[in-house]
Amino acid sequence: MVNCMRDVIIIGAGVVGASVARALSAYQADVLVLEKECEMCMGTSKANSALVHAGFDAKPGSRKAEFNVSGSRMMEQLCRELDVPYSRDGALVLAFSEEEKGVLQELYDRGVKNGVNEMEILDAEAVKSLEPHVSDRVAGALYAGSAALVCPFLLTTALCENAYVNGVEFAFEEEVTGIEKMTDASGKVAGYQIQTPKASYQARCVINCAGVYADTLHNMVSSRKYHITPVRGEYCLLDRSEGGLVQHTLFRVPSAKGKGVLVTRTVHGNILLGPTAEPGNDKESTATTAKGLERVLAETKDMVNDIDVGKVITSFAGLRAHEDGGDFVIGVAEDAPCFYDALGIESPGLSAAPAIGCFLAELVSGENGFAKKPSEDFHPYRKGIPAFARMSNEERNDVIRSNPAYGNIICRCEEITEGEILEAIRRPLGARTLDGIKRRVRAGMGRCQSGFCMPKLTEILARELGQELTDITKSGEGSRILEKESRRKSDDSI
Amino acid sequence: MIAYDLVIVGGGPAGLAAAVSAKENGVDSILILERENRLGGILNQCIHNGFGLHTFQEELTGTEYAYRYIQKVKELGIDYKVSAFVTDINVQKQITAAVRGEGLLEVQANAIILAMGCRERSRGALNIAGTRPAGIFSAGTAQYFVNVLGIMPGKEVVILGSGDIGLIMARRMTLEGAHVKCVAEILPKSGGLQRNIVQCLEDYDIPLRLSHTVIEIHGEKRLTGVTLAAVDEKLKSIPGTEEYIPCDTLLLSVGLIPENELTRQLPVTMLPETKGPKVDAGMQTDLPGVFACGNVVRVYDLVDNVSAAAVVAGRSAAEYLRE
Ligand SMILES: Cc1cc2nc3c(=O)[nH]c(=O)nc-3n(C[C@H](O)[C@H](O)[C@H](O)COP(=O)(O)OP(=O)(O)OC[C@H]3O[C@@H](n4cnc5c(N)ncnc54)[C@H](O)[C@@H]3O)c2cc1C
Ligand SMILES: Cc1cc2nc3c(=O)[nH]c(=O)nc-3n(C[C@H](O)[C@H](O)[C@H](O)COP(=O)(O)OP(=O)(O)OC[C@H]3O[C@@H](n4cnc5c(N)ncnc54)[C@H](O)[C@@H]3O)c2cc1C
Repeated sequence: MVNCMRDVIIIGAGVVGASVARALSAYQADVLVLEKECEMCMGTSKANSALVHAGFDAKPGSRKAEFNVSGSRMMEQLCRELDVPYSRDGALVLAFSEEEKGVLQELYDRGVKNGVNEMEILDAEAVKSLEPHVSDRVAGALYAGSAALVCPFLLTTALCENAYVNGVEFAFEEEVTGIEKMTDASGKVAGYQIQTPKASYQARCVINCAGVYADTLHNMVSSRKYHITPVRGEYCLLDRSEGGLVQHTLFRVPSAKGKGVLVTRTVHGNILLGPTAEPGNDKESTATTAKGLERVLAETKDMVNDIDVGKVITSFAGLRAHEDGGDFVIGVAEDAPCFYDALGIESPGLSAAPAIGCFLAELVSGENGFAKKPSEDFHPYRKGIPAFARMSNEERNDVIRSNPAYGNIICRCEEITEGEILEAIRRPLGARTLDGIKRRVRAGMGRCQSGFCMPKLTEILARELGQELTDITKSGEGSRILEKESRRKSDDSI
Repeated sequence: MIAYDLVIVGGGPAGLAAAVSAKENGVDSILILERENRLGGILNQCIHNGFGLHTFQEELTGTEYAYRYIQKVKELGIDYKVSAFVTDINVQKQITAAVRGEGLLEVQANAIILAMGCRERSRGALNIAGTRPAGIFSAGTAQYFVNVLGIMPGKEVVILGSGDIGLIMARRMTLEGAHVKCVAEILPKSGGLQRNIVQCLEDYDIPLRLSHTVIEIHGEKRLTGVTLAAVDEKLKSIPGTEEYIPCDTLLLSVGLIPENELTRQLPVTMLPETKGPKVDAGMQTDLPGVFACGNVVRVYDLVDNVSAAAVVAGRSAAEYLRE
């Protein structure tokens, strides 16, 4: 099957592809997003520290510095438009020796060069009064007030939803396996032919937002070769009961060994510990390791007292897309006109995503003559799914009366109701899997990790999608929850 | 706001027996709030026998045992509300429940009995390394799938933890045609009842691997196997003893934790040993008028003992209300 020629195809529905799609949906262009997984946000965007970095880390003058600082300035407004949880908690970079204290000044100066506001160097006493659980060995800290927390799943989902509402198409379970230049009679590049196992697509422009696979896709059309190494980061997540442990995101002064681990709250009030940094060569391997988890716990306990290992509710890992050059590669490929990359988008890629999205949308539209839509044709706002857990009693009463499904609590740990779950499934680009529901409304993200709600979620999904219980998956093809040939089937046939 | 003398949170065996006992001791105004759409608690999925030997001097299934109490509650005309999830409770003994299709129910009580049961520990709590595929279930969830929904979670099964639920599920899965490869227990001794080890494992030749645990989980989308290893006295895995066991299902029976989210909203002393509220001989917490019984206090092996403790709680609540 060959599809008609589109203006733009975006490859990848992580936070970067989603940001590009949403920004482009303000222009008059027909845009399609191809994503190999069954839903958005199944790559690195679902497994990271979820921080909007202030921007003092990156080397001045680098793409990382530029996009980090501008992205983080855009984030709050974006989250307001899309009704995504965002919380400006601020960050502290902790120094544990006189030598490390010296580094604080370097970080401060670098921050100033990168245009970061609201920084201050604090002495040990000031740090302890802000963060009583920090180890007594603390010698000082750099405070950065513009650092914030965001929910990466909801951000990515909301960007996709909003892009969709504004006319962007999405095709899931479409893995791009080949890209070829198409030339016109004069030999000029006129577009690209994109191959997936199911179909063939054509587009005038391609935007490569394929995360750890962006090198492979780029290298299909360009002789300037890139190489991405997946660098795994492992985490432990603590129960919400521990949410009061820290008030700010706590980093350590970077050492020769790297950036080190951090301790932070999440927007939902859990505590996140990690990440490690282990370069590998398997771009699928998000397994955690006993060693990695041990390291996370040992190193965070070294920074912060009273971390209770008994309160770990889950552990996970994500892969940084580290390009050999060490910087983001953003823009048009040198020898492939109208092929644009967002490549090597490792940390601070989440923070930078809003800026990358706008930059690429403007670049692509400018080069290809896509005009801005009249303002009445672009709807920047999206409403989130109302969360029962955060409603007052009056609001709860009203919502249950107008929608009885809100009176049925399915996930008891997070108090998520059937009403929210139904909405997560019924929305545009709605949830199709248990993990999809979890990322949208947190059912199964609490302390019992869906031990209790898994059967109910499976039943609701099957009913809503008109499928058998045995067709329901955790995360798409190959991840069925239940045995296909079940007893119930054979009973029926007796 | 409506008012009742006694509100019981949870309609499992503990809540039911406490209600019956309070009624028999003269309390007339009683309301049971249960979040599921029927009374009975965890017993509704326990279709195996072994219940009631003490209480009724006969061997019943869990569902039969629950049925007897439910009947009694109905006969005595005790009020109950199902699909009513208690979300808040305060020191003035006001209770708020979200009721399906109705809205919020606010109740003023003079005494409260907490009977919320317990929950199973999850994989996350064990911090087992590896991937996060489908095919990992707590044993009770698997029991619900098999016994209530009639669907098998998988075919090639490893069970981690030899708690009673794990043992019972080893037999259940075998009877339903699955192949249970082993039950691994990190301790040198099983935590389950001896009769369950005999009747659920030995009778079916299912190996019990003591001093062994799962150290890694494999498979990207669906579970493909686990790495099992022997552990030393400190429960640390011993290098060199790793063994890969292919399987598509891992059931966890690694302990139960009293469900005390609500209790923590009250100024009630909690005991770290039991993870439940501190109660006196009359099952009263240190907040006068608030009682607790069943698995919410500590994890019981036998439902008969739960019922016995609930009888005490019901009686004490009646005494408290008389004073
Ligand atoms: C441990 C860790 C911690 C981090 N912490 C932070 C942080 O705190 N703050 C911050 O700003 N950044 C952080 N980051 C970085 C941030 O998570 C990433 O930069 C960001 O998520 C990258 O988004 P993306 O859309 O480029 O990639 P992804 O989310 O990986 O999206 C790429 C998408 O492309 C799809 N795809 C790939 N190949 C194909 C193909 N051939 N065909 C179709 N689709 C394809 C994938 O399925 C995937 O959905 C962290 C990263 C890691 C790993
Ligand atoms: C799988 C399994 C197998 C067992 N096998 C045996 C056996 O063979 N023999 C034996 O003697 N014993 C057995 N037991 C033990 C026995 O069943 C339990 O000890 C007993 O069910 C505990 O009773 P309970 O009322 O405390 O808890 P539960 O039965 O768990 O009841 C608690 C009730 O409270 C409700 N609830 C909780 N929170 C709220 C809230 N916020 N609002 C409203 N309602 C709420 C729950 O929905 C539930 O219905 C088994 C237990 C299990 C789990």
